[in-house]
Amino acid sequence: MKDQDIQLDREGRLRHFLTIDGLKRQTLVDILDTAENFSTVGSQSVKKVPLLRGKTIINLFFEASTRTRTTFELAAKRLSADVLNINISTSSASKGESLLDMLQNFEAMYCDMFVVRHQTSGAAHFIAEHVAPHISVINAGDGSHAHPTQGMLDMFTIRRHKKEFHNLSVAIVGDILHSRVARSQIHALNILGVPDIRVIGPDTLIPQNADSLGVRVHHNVQEGLRGVDVVIMLRLQRERMTGALLPSEKEYFHCYGLTQEKLTLAKPDAIVMHPGPINRGVEIESSVADGPQSVILEQVTNGIAVRMAIMSMTLGRSPGGDKDGT
Amino acid sequence: MNQATLKDANELLADVAKRLHSLLTEKKITEPLMIGIQTGGVWIAEALHTSLAIEQPLGTLNITFYRDDFTRIGMHPQVTPSNLPFEVDDRHIILVDDVLHTGRTIRAALNEIFDYGRPASVILVSLIERTGRELPISADITGQRLNLKEGQHIKLSGPSPLILTLTEDA
Repeated sequence: MKDQDIQLDREGRLRHFLTIDGLKRQTLVDILDTAENFSTVGSQSVKKVPLLRGKTIINLFFEASTRTRTTFELAAKRLSADVLNINISTSSASKGESLLDMLQNFEAMYCDMFVVRHQTSGAAHFIAEHVAPHISVINAGDGSHAHPTQGMLDMFTIRRHKKEFHNLSVAIVGDILHSRVARSQIHALNILGVPDIRVIGPDTLIPQNADSLGVRVHHNVQEGLRGVDVVIMLRLQRERMTGALLPSEKEYFHCYGLTQEKLTLAKPDAIVMHPGPINRGVEIESSVADGPQSVILEQVTNGIAVRMAIMSMTLGRSPGGDKDGT
Repeated sequence: MNQATLKDANELLADVAKRLHSLLTEKKITEPLMIGIQTGGVWIAEALHTSLAIEQPLGTLNITFYRDDFTRIGMHPQVTPSNLPFEVDDRHIILVDDVLHTGRTIRAALNEIFDYGRPASVILVSLIERTGRELPISADITGQRLNLKEGQHIKLSGPSPLILTLTEDA
């Protein structure tokens, strides 16, 4: 998929945000720096900046989401944009209207951005290819392909705690196979120069080509967690699993679930992350999820600032690729 | 006074500090808050904050998100968020910038301050006040007024030493 071609304008600025794969390091750093500036808006008594006043953003969610949709909505509102949430299962899609017809109707309402969550890989890219030139598309998760805003908020959270990327060891544990979050994280960690990226999980949940992604594969969690600075736990995606990939949740927890005991193998100041929603007692022990090393709720807070940064960077690009800028 | 001859930044600063002190006394403001606008305004504010011995910590504003030319010039990322380490409600605020030109920066700064609360008053201090206003904004205290033509610019470099330079478009 050539997402990187379509997501930049002629001057190399973000026009859409579909995947982290292929972006320049500087673009990622710009997103993190801009998000840093937005992080103070939440402490104002009026939690708003007037940047996207008059812009209309449509959240197109073809798949259920709580955190992502809410933080996208909050981010847009804190930028003073007008937001519509469209839950596709209850819309005219059920009356047989095609996706492109639906998009054209939204375009006819003069909207400026689509935030798209879809169960099919490549959906956001497909929409970006077909929208009017002034509209930006942000991928809020497509199938098992990418979840780039989650990837960036995770990088933001890591940078807040570890300052630099070039000396880190990061372990991603669990269902890598079905995880669009893991794919986006791995691209971002590589681009930002993390030298040691490990993926840990049972053979059935690690993609065949994992080595080509720039990661080291571990099947033994004890071995994989040794000395890492960051532990990222992934949710066991039962809804995406076909066939018998796992013996049982109980056994999965025994082998790969993060417990206090396993966490002691990581560096003493290691942080524990999880994109949510967490399955307590399946991939992570409650006492770890709620413990002092957990930054899981910080990730949620940071998601707002990072999404504000990405929305304003894609909508604020120069008039060169943006006919009238209004 | 209207000649385009720049005075020394430190001389201007000393004069501004003296007159600001008198203005505060006259207005019976005993516990002001000071806020500098990034980047040059913060340098001036740091100097004034020290010489006036203001107790409350210095606040800084990054007005990027309040600019009125965002859709034209886009985003310029910097890692310097606004930091107002105090409540602004019902307080007297001294807003500091280096050069007052079109007035658009001050418009943006006032809007941002009001998103933090409702101050009792705002006093505007600028080291230089040049011609070219596009909004009805003027400084309460300014070090030097300059009549400049379009294409002439004043730049402050710093923080130490603080140096003002006049440049002209070729």
